[in-house]
Amino acid sequence: MLASLFVDTFRFIGDNAALLLQKAAETAELAFAALGIAMLIALPLGLWLGHRHRGLSVALGVSSVGRALPSVALIGFGIAILGIGFWNNTVALVVLGVPPILTNTYFAIEGVDRDVVEAARGMGLTETQILTRVELPLGLPFVLAGIRISAVFVIATATIAGLFGGGGLGDIIANEPAYGLAGVLAAALCVSALALLTAGALGAARNAAFRRMAPSA
Amino acid sequence: MNGFRVADGGGPVIPNFGHGSACLKNNGWFCPEWVRDHWGDILQPALVQHIELTVIAVSIGFGIAFLLALVGFRVRIFDAPLGAFTDFLYAVPSIALFQLLVPFTGLTVTTIEIALVSYTLFVFYRNIVEGLRSVPAEVLESARGMGLTRRQTFWRVELPLAVPAILAGVRVATVSTISIATVAAFLLYYGLGGPIFDALAQPDIFRTELLAAGGLAILLALSADALLTLLQRVLTPWNRLG
Repeated sequence: MLASLFVDTFRFIGDNAALLLQKAAETAELAFAALGIAMLIALPLGLWLGHRHRGLSVALGVSSVGRALPSVALIGFGIAILGIGFWNNTVALVVLGVPPILTNTYFAIEGVDRDVVEAARGMGLTETQILTRVELPLGLPFVLAGIRISAVFVIATATIAGLFGGGGLGDIIANEPAYGLAGVLAAALCVSALALLTAGALGAARNAAFRRMAPSA
Repeated sequence: MNGFRVADGGGPVIPNFGHGSACLKNNGWFCPEWVRDHWGDILQPALVQHIELTVIAVSIGFGIAFLLALVGFRVRIFDAPLGAFTDFLYAVPSIALFQLLVPFTGLTVTTIEIALVSYTLFVFYRNIVEGLRSVPAEVLESARGMGLTRRQTFWRVELPLAVPAILAGVRVATVSTISIATVAAFLLYYGLGGPIFDALAQPDIFRTELLAAGGLAILLALSADALLTLLQRVLTPWNRLG
């Protein structure tokens, strides 16, 4: 049963490559749009709060509340308020994507050695220069780690959007009667591949940032 | 699959807001009287089921992840593959995993639990291994100097020092399990996801039920988070931020 399911799955992938690619593109569009908006919100806020060493409770509170929000309920609230479509899903995904980025960015910048920051200030760097030339490069690996967590989460959740008219690979996953178990498995593999590829790329960027930070190590 | 309205047999087929107050007739944002009337037959059972789902999944997940982490910690070459395995499980979308398990374990609570357990492994494995590994070399050196065996070093030095990281893992895993468990109702009317999907399945989304059940899920997650944070403080008083 298991073996035939796998054979069927690969046959499904072979027969429906165009459909899977198109649905994967829809999921990627939804997820990356949400991730981009989440970064636009969370990065500046995290950088600013971290630089000012303020808002510890905000950073911690946002991360626990963010984890606590059930995606189904959130998408449901989105539908109740915005109606069914691209935006209710995008808004829900943004809300889920912000907390890991905000929390990691905050702790990345907040945790930069204060002596280093003082030295930079003593050398006459402005506050903006300290943030962009000292704190951000030093904190970059943790900022990227936050974006990585958020990306995996948003991509995995974007499939739930398929239940509520969001399109994408979730359409196939939510419609087992039409596509069969092999179709569900094929679409799930595509989602996993998308998530792992994105995570891999961001992980590589994080490692590169780490190496640049400590060239001697 | 989406037949939970039919599946509950003698239950109401007519939407619940068809009678009663003006608020219910207009499908207002939140009608307290509906919550009062249906606390006993809808909300409370769902809440209890949800807590059961979570406690069982987190306990079993912790047990499995602990054994895996011991292997990954002791035998270093297994660490990367085990980490990648839990990573992969985490990346599988929950609605897909629920469906893929149905042919094997049926439309049962077991199916839901297997999926939930597999999601906790990622968080637990990372935190336990990192926690054990973060014990400073000097501490291990002094333990050896005091004549502790490998086994004693593990139980008396490494494990206690890893407790903050492990508890942080318990917290994250518990809260995310509460959240993911709502998706399970896509499969089977069970837990707080039941009323949520029910409300969404009404032609004109039943807002009160959605807000009440969704709100309960969020409240449950936040209470669990607060409770576990408190436990973390009590168990590791030396670790202020945990």
